[in-house]
Amino acid sequence: MISPTEYLPKSYHARVSTYWWLKRWAYLKFILREASAVFVAWAVIVTLLQIHALTRGPADYAQFQNLLRSPVVLALNVVSLFFIIFHAVTWFNLAPKAMAVRLRGKRLPSVAVAGPNYLAWLVISAAVAWILLRG
Amino acid sequence: MLFSVGGVVSAMLLPIHLLLFGLAFPLGWLDPPSYERLLAIVSHPATRAYLFVLCSLSLFHWGHRFRFTLYDGLQIKHLNELINIFCYGGAVLGTALAAYLLWTIP
Repeated sequence: MISPTEYLPKSYHARVSTYWWLKRWAYLKFILREASAVFVAWAVIVTLLQIHALTRGPADYAQFQNLLRSPVVLALNVVSLFFIIFHAVTWFNLAPKAMAVRLRGKRLPSVAVAGPNYLAWLVISAAVAWILLRG
Repeated sequence: MLFSVGGVVSAMLLPIHLLLFGLAFPLGWLDPPSYERLLAIVSHPATRAYLFVLCSLSLFHWGHRFRFTLYDGLQIKHLNELINIFCYGGAVLGTALAAYLLWTIP
């Protein structure tokens, strides 16, 4: 970029519309991917509320569980789950691009970097489910 | 760094958490753990540490990502002081809240 001097004007930058991301499906997909972070935050809020209810006693926890069953919260959590899974999938698919793993000089194919992430995801999810479900 | 570790942690752990507690248990697909069992699990120091790391890192991931979504998505970079306070401040606040809640479990 040419820096402005007394005789040379600043380079021209077109004003970008606030709605630029609506103009192409690729742009919208990008914004949706980034917006998945909001649902990550929501999941944390739900978790914190749950811990709070758990600490207050069985009655409060039962009340919290009823809240989770209300249609609005349930719908929100369905949408959140979709976005959180979307976050996970897009995150793991980006890993090969973010980290170039080389074996004997050649770069490993993307699936070799993304694959182990998915496997770890499966194993870790199973472990958490087992701890919670074995009663 | 917090952003990327937060991304991994939230990607690996939040789906199963939300699937179970947000859908499977409320909808009766699976039997939830009893109150006593859940309290016992959560009271354990390892679980408290796990939950703290999960919540804090996920929040910092959100903060950092949302900051740039606001900058680039809504083209409001000129509001950067407000945005930074909201995003990183929010993450710090959430972290403090998580620490307090997890510390005061009986």
